[in-house]
Amino acid sequence: MADAKGRNIIGTSFRRVDAVGKVSGRTQFADDLTFPRMVHMKLLRSPLPHAQIVSIDTSAAEQALGVLGVLTGRDVPVPFGILPVSHDEHALCPDKVRFVGDPVAAVAALTEEQAQAAVALLRVEWKSLDTIAGYDDALCSGKDQIHGYGDDHNFHKKVSLRFGDPEAGFKEADLILEDTMFFDGNTHLPMEEHATVAVPEGDGRVAVWSSTQTPHYLHKALTKVLGLPAPWIRVIGVTNGGGFGGKSDPFNHEIVAAKMALKLGRPVKICLTREEVFQCHRGRHPTLMSIRSGFRKDGSFTAQHLKTLLDGGAYGSYGVASTYYTGALQTVTYKLPHYQFDGARVWTNKPPCGPKRGHGTPQPRFALEVQMDKAAHVLGLDPAQMRLNQLQPKDSVTANWLRIGSMGLGACIEAVRRESRWDERRSKLGVGRGLGIACSSYLSGAGLPINWNHMPHTGVQLKLDRSGGVAVFCGQTEIGQGSDSILAACVAEVLGITLQDIRLCVADTDLTPVDLGSYSSRVTLMMGNAAVQAAERAKEIIARAVAEELKVAATSLVFAERRVFDASNPEHGLSFADAVQAAEGRYGTLGTTGSYTPPRAPGRYRGAGVGPSPAYSYSACIVEVDVDPASGIVRVPNVWIAHDVGRALNPASVAGQVEGSIYMGIGEALMEESAFRRLPAKLSSALVHKFPNMLEYKSPTFLDMPRVHTTIIEEPDVNGPFGAKEVGQGPLLPVMPAVANAIFDAVGVRIDQVPIHPWMVFKALDEKRRGGEGRYGPKQFPAIDYGDCLLVPTPEQGGDGKARNADEIGVRSGTMSDTAKKGKPC
Amino acid sequence: MLRLPEFTLHQARSLQEACALVAEAPQSTRLLAGGTDLLPNMKRRHQHAQRLVALRNVSELRGVAGHGSGEMRVGAMSTLSQLARNQELQKSWPGFVRALRSISSPVLRTTGTIGGNLCLDTRCNYYNQSEEWRQAIGGCMKEVGDTCWVAPSSSHCWAISASDSAPLLCAIGARVRLASVRGERVIPLEQLFVDDGIAYLGKAADEVLVDILLPPVANTRATYWKLRRRGSIDFPVLGVGAALRLDAHGVVEHVRIYLGAVASAPLRAEKAEEALLGQPLTEASVRAAGEAARGVANALDNTDFTMLWRRQMTAVWVEGALRELGGLAPRAHMPEMPLGAPGMVV
Amino acid sequence: MPTVLNLELSVNGEPRQLLVPPHHSLLEVLRERCGLTGTKHGCELGECGTCTVLLDGEPVLACLVLAAECVGRRIETVEGLSVGAELHPLQRAFADLGAAQCGYCTPGMLMTAKALLDENPRAEEMEIREALAGNLCRCTGYWKIIEAVQWAGRILAGDPTPPAILREPSEVKGGCSHG
Ligand SMILES: Cc1cc2nc3c(=O)[nH]c(=O)nc-3n(C[C@H](O)[C@H](O)[C@H](O)COP(=O)(O)OP(=O)(O)OC[C@H]3O[C@@H](n4cnc5c(N)ncnc54)[C@H](O)[C@@H]3O)c2cc1C
Ligand code: SF4
Ligand code: FES
Ligand code: FES
Repeated sequence: MADAKGRNIIGTSFRRVDAVGKVSGRTQFADDLTFPRMVHMKLLRSPLPHAQIVSIDTSAAEQALGVLGVLTGRDVPVPFGILPVSHDEHALCPDKVRFVGDPVAAVAALTEEQAQAAVALLRVEWKSLDTIAGYDDALCSGKDQIHGYGDDHNFHKKVSLRFGDPEAGFKEADLILEDTMFFDGNTHLPMEEHATVAVPEGDGRVAVWSSTQTPHYLHKALTKVLGLPAPWIRVIGVTNGGGFGGKSDPFNHEIVAAKMALKLGRPVKICLTREEVFQCHRGRHPTLMSIRSGFRKDGSFTAQHLKTLLDGGAYGSYGVASTYYTGALQTVTYKLPHYQFDGARVWTNKPPCGPKRGHGTPQPRFALEVQMDKAAHVLGLDPAQMRLNQLQPKDSVTANWLRIGSMGLGACIEAVRRESRWDERRSKLGVGRGLGIACSSYLSGAGLPINWNHMPHTGVQLKLDRSGGVAVFCGQTEIGQGSDSILAACVAEVLGITLQDIRLCVADTDLTPVDLGSYSSRVTLMMGNAAVQAAERAKEIIARAVAEELKVAATSLVFAERRVFDASNPEHGLSFADAVQAAEGRYGTLGTTGSYTPPRAPGRYRGAGVGPSPAYSYSACIVEVDVDPASGIVRVPNVWIAHDVGRALNPASVAGQVEGSIYMGIGEALMEESAFRRLPAKLSSALVHKFPNMLEYKSPTFLDMPRVHTTIIEEPDVNGPFGAKEVGQGPLLPVMPAVANAIFDAVGVRIDQVPIHPWMVFKALDEKRRGGEGRYGPKQFPAIDYGDCLLVPTPEQGGDGKARNADEIGVRSGTMSDTAKKGKPC
Repeated sequence: MLRLPEFTLHQARSLQEACALVAEAPQSTRLLAGGTDLLPNMKRRHQHAQRLVALRNVSELRGVAGHGSGEMRVGAMSTLSQLARNQELQKSWPGFVRALRSISSPVLRTTGTIGGNLCLDTRCNYYNQSEEWRQAIGGCMKEVGDTCWVAPSSSHCWAISASDSAPLLCAIGARVRLASVRGERVIPLEQLFVDDGIAYLGKAADEVLVDILLPPVANTRATYWKLRRRGSIDFPVLGVGAALRLDAHGVVEHVRIYLGAVASAPLRAEKAEEALLGQPLTEASVRAAGEAARGVANALDNTDFTMLWRRQMTAVWVEGALRELGGLAPRAHMPEMPLGAPGMVV
Repeated sequence: MPTVLNLELSVNGEPRQLLVPPHHSLLEVLRERCGLTGTKHGCELGECGTCTVLLDGEPVLACLVLAAECVGRRIETVEGLSVGAELHPLQRAFADLGAAQCGYCTPGMLMTAKALLDENPRAEEMEIREALAGNLCRCTGYWKIIEAVQWAGRILAGDPTPPAILREPSEVKGGCSHG
């Protein structure tokens, strides 16, 4: 119902449409599904980090009690992957395994226990290859290659981009800082373990119910690997028990389940164990960074040169995009006139990294915001003011050709500064306590789709019912972020009906228009726009009919309170159901569609596809820490966060997303870490995840969560539905650097590394006491040949968005040809 | 889903029946108390049993009796949350209650028992892993292999004693009663533990832990300080159980300090005790005791955090516990247990 | 083959007679034998809290309790929380505040919180945090859950005043949502 301010639903903290199902245990997640005659599947996963498969003997497993079918790599020989440039995964490894956990065979049996028992009977003969454990191994050209494609031996991807004239910029600088920093890997850890049920539907068709953030891309992968016509495969994205990016690749188990279901003619379920979820990973890339920035005396940037080195794990995944993302968003917060970015991703024998909340951008954001803090300290500036003084203006184009629309970072900084009483308290809390600030920005959806095409990124279809109900069809997936509710709210708002009048049909590749998926914070903006468009079109049709019926001008009709009425005479109107009937009587069955395609970005250079977005969210964060100098233990009592969300469609949900982001940020800052164990090389080739469980992978508990003081800033963006921008990822980004900066304020040491473990602070303090620098972090960045650099003049230099030397450089290697070779020993 | 292997279950109705059941086949039988240690270990297939003898219905193992002025008896099957709520314990042995409340998490403490806590399997990052994970490293000495990955040149397993109640109960001089078909015996608690990661219990496989006997309080001050990453759920990476008595002049006349999670048994910090005995509790004496404790603990790389830092923290934690007992102001910024919680005092 | 036990269980006040092998956990029996999939699982090792149910009113982890050990005890799951169609105050508060995002930790949170409020509806912030500390949530950052439990406690104690964010949305702006 419209309230005094004319709001119906949008802008109020309405109850989410999925809330009652979730609080009553009714909501079904993938592992909650059962089908008649359903059987269970388990995978045999590689115990070796890097090996050739010599042979697999399945005979004993096939004979085991309850076993119905066994599959190996031969049954699913077609490779797949999320990005078209890296189809380097197999549903089951045909000839080679690349990390501990790589699947090699599958067994289906009547019960999960029987399947598990039979997996133990599979016999595999292996031939070990060199273990590539980390950067050092990967950079050594004498070691076995993990893939037969890429930019150079175990380099998957190299990127080099120069915007403007960084050397000239550095010459103008009063202060040049150069730092090496490291951001370790971490993982999404959704509470739900991935699960899939594949159901054969007869006539060669199959339905795959899965906890996936991206049903559309899973559909594509299934189509390719199964070799079936796309319409014969139906993917249903079941409500995800958390995703955070961890369920946005098509996964081996999903494809194998479908293959097994087709083979057996029975529904097949697989639910991963927690350890297998760690092996699916696709989490944050461990990233080593070298950042060199020039500053003027007033703290403004003259130039920056950023080098990144990503440890990608065993497969491509989103890695090419991740690599670009480690450079792409350095320009959107503060004016940066000249910028060079060199990025590289290497392969290692570990679970593949990919997109986790913030995808590739938290790492360089950490480097940038910590380095700014150092500059402020050297220059004697207030770090908050120094940031305020050089904001990238709204409605501008950055040095790397990203178009900025609305920009509320200034308001965000002012808010946290005020709320935390920064000016009075910074550096005045005494030894051991401190405040630190950092800012960030994030995409509201990527400007380009993963598979390049001219079609919309999302579509919404409405079916209007003469009962007054509206069925809304959209391919989007609810992963906890509240997208179902936004979809329903956008339609209900425009049509003036209630959320209960809406019936949703989502995330079903057979029944719903394509939505690319729940990633890169794209859903609210893109789906929201499509939903508003579809609803506006329906409104127009209904209004036309009602105008005739009531003999008033269509333009004077109001849709509210489940009625359509004359604005000047509210008594004069029809119920919404009658209005729909009036329209259906005149025009036949009612249905409308809406869709959304992001505006074209101005960049025209190779790599310009990563970074553009219809709108950027902004966040500023101040963290208060309490550091114990005797132990180095850091506690965080308070976090102040202001987030520019454009328009808060549901303030309680926005606050919830912000708090959830802070939570994950605190975890990343202080404890979450994808650590690995390399056994002594002389004794073993083993390389395993150190703690693939929820006890030792440290996710903060209720008692570790700081108090969060949230301010929602609303700088509406013309590209967002009702002005809305993203909120699910952005507020995480500033937390880690703000913690590091606060530690400096508290005890005067610099931790140039994440997560910040107590022993690091302890060591840095100890070093400082002995007269040292008081820093913990990586010492050096390896020499890497990033290859030829694309030279892109900036808008300020009068560029046209293209690279000056594109023709000379041409397209680099990195195609999927087999170039496996062994170089010289290191 | 991780599931348990098959076994047969015997639900004993009396202590005598429990003793008889386990004596039938002590090597292939395990006692099931709350199951919060045994069942995860069996799911990961690193503890095995064909038969489980459940102690839930054995009334002799239940209940708390007595008062702090005399000996108290704590039944082995008392759950951790029952004990933490017990008013007599809260009054007489607040340090014990503090240790209890630091164990695992609230939803585990309703099930986990004190007997199970004392008989806890030793822990190690190379061992508390799934079967597949252990295969990927080729196993280790505690289970199948012959290498200890924590100390590859060692012929000894260094898995740690991770019980939070053990260091405190050792420090206050608790005793335990064991029963078997052969009869009963009462031993000092520290004799229940053996500093060997594999054979970590100083009792026969068929002996049932019946109860824990707490000595009269008699002016003993005792506390437990736990180091771990998060405010809940986590096992200790270091535990300090300290108990002491002061004479009329405020001089330490009796002190016992035990360190948990640094060896395969609670480790007595005798050097630290020596530094205190005959001294008043002052800034200098507690600091000296902390320093003396540092060398006692030879933490290895088998838990969260780095071993070097854990060793250094021994001094800090021992000092912290002693400051509390001596009524000295806590060091500024000292993170109270649990670690992460702002201003959290248990 | 192991013996199979003939168990009589009481789940949400309803009798269930089941043949169960002794090694099956309460979690498996609830989800796979009783069709009560409201109880979730995230680790099966006692590390996450998503499988929390009430046993004689106390929160326990269903993944670490043998079904055979539950005979004669009151088992309560999230499905038994509402009375008829009427949501329990905790459910209402969770729903209205957005304390359930993905909703996967929610059943476990609700059951642990119910045990707390049954004992003490006026539980304060720190008591709530302590009581729920074995239940992990990756989505919410916990504050909406804490607020929801506090609100539900107020409802149970007869004071239904909703939290600020639900009274006037614009209060969030420029303000501080808690503390
Ligand atoms: C996630 C998680 C976190 C944990 N955190 C902690 C922690 O922080 N600190 C800590 O100390 N523990 C921790 N634990 C371990 C455990 O929960 C507790 O130690 C608990 O008290 C064990 O008791 P139980 O009754 O469940 O033992 P059970 O698992 O039933 O038994 C443990 C062992 O003791 C034997 N046993 C039990 N009772 C007797 C008896 N009466 N006589 C002889 N033998 C017996 C059993 O045969 C078994 O070998 C944690 C466990 C988990 C799963
Ligand atoms: S200490 Fe050594 S032998 Fe013992 S469990 Fe650990 S790795 Fe194995
Ligand atoms: S499933 Fe994680 S605690 Fe039971
Ligand atoms: S709401 Fe998703 S884990 Fe708690």
